[in-house]
Amino acid sequence: MSDRPIIEIRGLRKVYRVGKVEVPALRGVDLDVPPGEFLAIVGPSGSGKSTLFHIVGGLTPPSSGTVRVQDQDVAAMTDAGRTNLRKTCVSFVFQKFNLLPNLSARDNIAIARHIAGLNHDPDPKFEEVLALLGIANRLDHKPAALSGGEQQRVAIARAIVTHPAILLADEPTGNLDSENSRVVLGVLRDLNERLGQTILMITHNPEAAAFAHRTVHMRDGRIVD
Amino acid sequence: MTVKLVLENLKHRPVRSALSVFLIAIPVTLILTLVGLSEGLLADSARRARGVGADIWVRPPGSSVLTLSGAPLPEKMVEVLARNPHVAAAAGMINHPISSTTFVAGIDMDSFNRMSGGFKYLEGGPFRKPDDVILDQPYARQNKVHAGDKINLLNHEWTVAGVVEPGKLSHIFLPMPVVQSLSGNTGKISQIFLKLDDPANTGAVIRELKETMPDYQIYSVAEFTSLLTVNNVQGGMLRNFINVMVSIGVVIGFAVVLLSMYMAVLQRTREIGILKSLGASRWFILRTILIEAIVMGFCGTILGILFSFGARWLIMTLYPASLSEAIVPAWWPIAGGVTLAGVTLGAMYPGLSAARQDPIEALAYE
Repeated sequence: MSDRPIIEIRGLRKVYRVGKVEVPALRGVDLDVPPGEFLAIVGPSGSGKSTLFHIVGGLTPPSSGTVRVQDQDVAAMTDAGRTNLRKTCVSFVFQKFNLLPNLSARDNIAIARHIAGLNHDPDPKFEEVLALLGIANRLDHKPAALSGGEQQRVAIARAIVTHPAILLADEPTGNLDSENSRVVLGVLRDLNERLGQTILMITHNPEAAAFAHRTVHMRDGRIVD
Repeated sequence: MTVKLVLENLKHRPVRSALSVFLIAIPVTLILTLVGLSEGLLADSARRARGVGADIWVRPPGSSVLTLSGAPLPEKMVEVLARNPHVAAAAGMINHPISSTTFVAGIDMDSFNRMSGGFKYLEGGPFRKPDDVILDQPYARQNKVHAGDKINLLNHEWTVAGVVEPGKLSHIFLPMPVVQSLSGNTGKISQIFLKLDDPANTGAVIRELKETMPDYQIYSVAEFTSLLTVNNVQGGMLRNFINVMVSIGVVIGFAVVLLSMYMAVLQRTREIGILKSLGASRWFILRTILIEAIVMGFCGTILGILFSFGARWLIMTLYPASLSEAIVPAWWPIAGGVTLAGVTLGAMYPGLSAARQDPIEALAYE
């Protein structure tokens, strides 16, 4: 692991407006994540973990503070800049898998490469990753024909096919039974160990958090330990 | 990959896609059918004009290529014009309209036969009695009559003496004196046809006639048929009508696609959020929606063209004499362009809405 953090967050605040009411979601978060770390973020609902993910992933801008992802100032980015960040630097794995239902597993993975502008570059190493994920023989099925565990592994494949610097996994085992949860968490740890993939994972589950190198806890919009 | 995504989207909701394509096809069919009817009727008129066999048409002052009413010419003019040394045959006819597209031709059978080469009878034969009528095949078929049957025209019952091949002047022929009597124009005719000794003399004879009859409308058959165009009908009214129909086609295409794509965007809110989370730009989302609309517009155009063949078959089966529809391939790209303009405009608002969606809200959409 390099010493220079791949994610540097200082004094991060996010306030949502609900009508005329301001709802603070993040109240000053400081966090450094070195490259290649597998970090678990644990906290109760409403603690601000998802908001932190959305800001780091460029889905929404912060209200104040600084967020640097791979030396890019996310807080200063325009909408197009954040789109580019998602395209080239950050990928998501969601609790609800979020695969496109119309496309086969193969095409769900292919469209991520297409959006990232990589569709013309063959990627022989990716076959190895598919074998690692155990979905090589399920690629021609649509999501509705896949189990939850298979869908989540396709989602992980889609997330890493563009070689992102950071993988953000938001409750990746939240919709899975314990057996599939172990498989998915094992896949994430393998990706981290074999490929050096930086992973930030939100979870409620201490057993899931135990797969990570480090765990931080959030409460009321702050990191508490 | 974008095209594949679009095609999978269309396949994912086949009823919506098929219904949209069908509704887009309707204005295409309407436009092509209207244009086909206009062109078909004018082409049929030109064909029948050429079928007379005349080199020169002489019409009364104040008439035009497309308007001929009454019978202001004295019948004796036929004999006068026949004296021109270049005129090989002359024939008069009296015109009596029975609808906007159909008229009865009152003819002198002998002179008309000399002019046109004579009717080809499919059933029956020439007039034998004053209440005999000759019909061309499309008109007889439309009215389900044969030689020997009765048919009511001009508040009078006629006997079908013969059914002839189409393509000569009119669909319905009566003896000239009978029409003159019916319309109170005894000794009067509507127009005169002249056949020359040599068609090369047409220009010279027309110049000569125009000098002696300056107010008369005198046409060569080539000029007459060339003036039978959409732009000349009722001072351009038909052209304007077609333009209105084309505009309606744009509006229908616009409305169908606006509603269809708006519904599609609502149904796919979460998928749009997924694409945005993958880094899809606003332009990628907008382009996907536009391509989907254009694919539907293209399919709708193809279906509309196919439907226009069906409409032609239906019209020509039901109204073979009253209506004549042509297939006008030159209008296919125009109808397609109009449709694609409508669907592109219609997809713009839903596409922009989709492109502007907040990715977090879209991902949370259930």
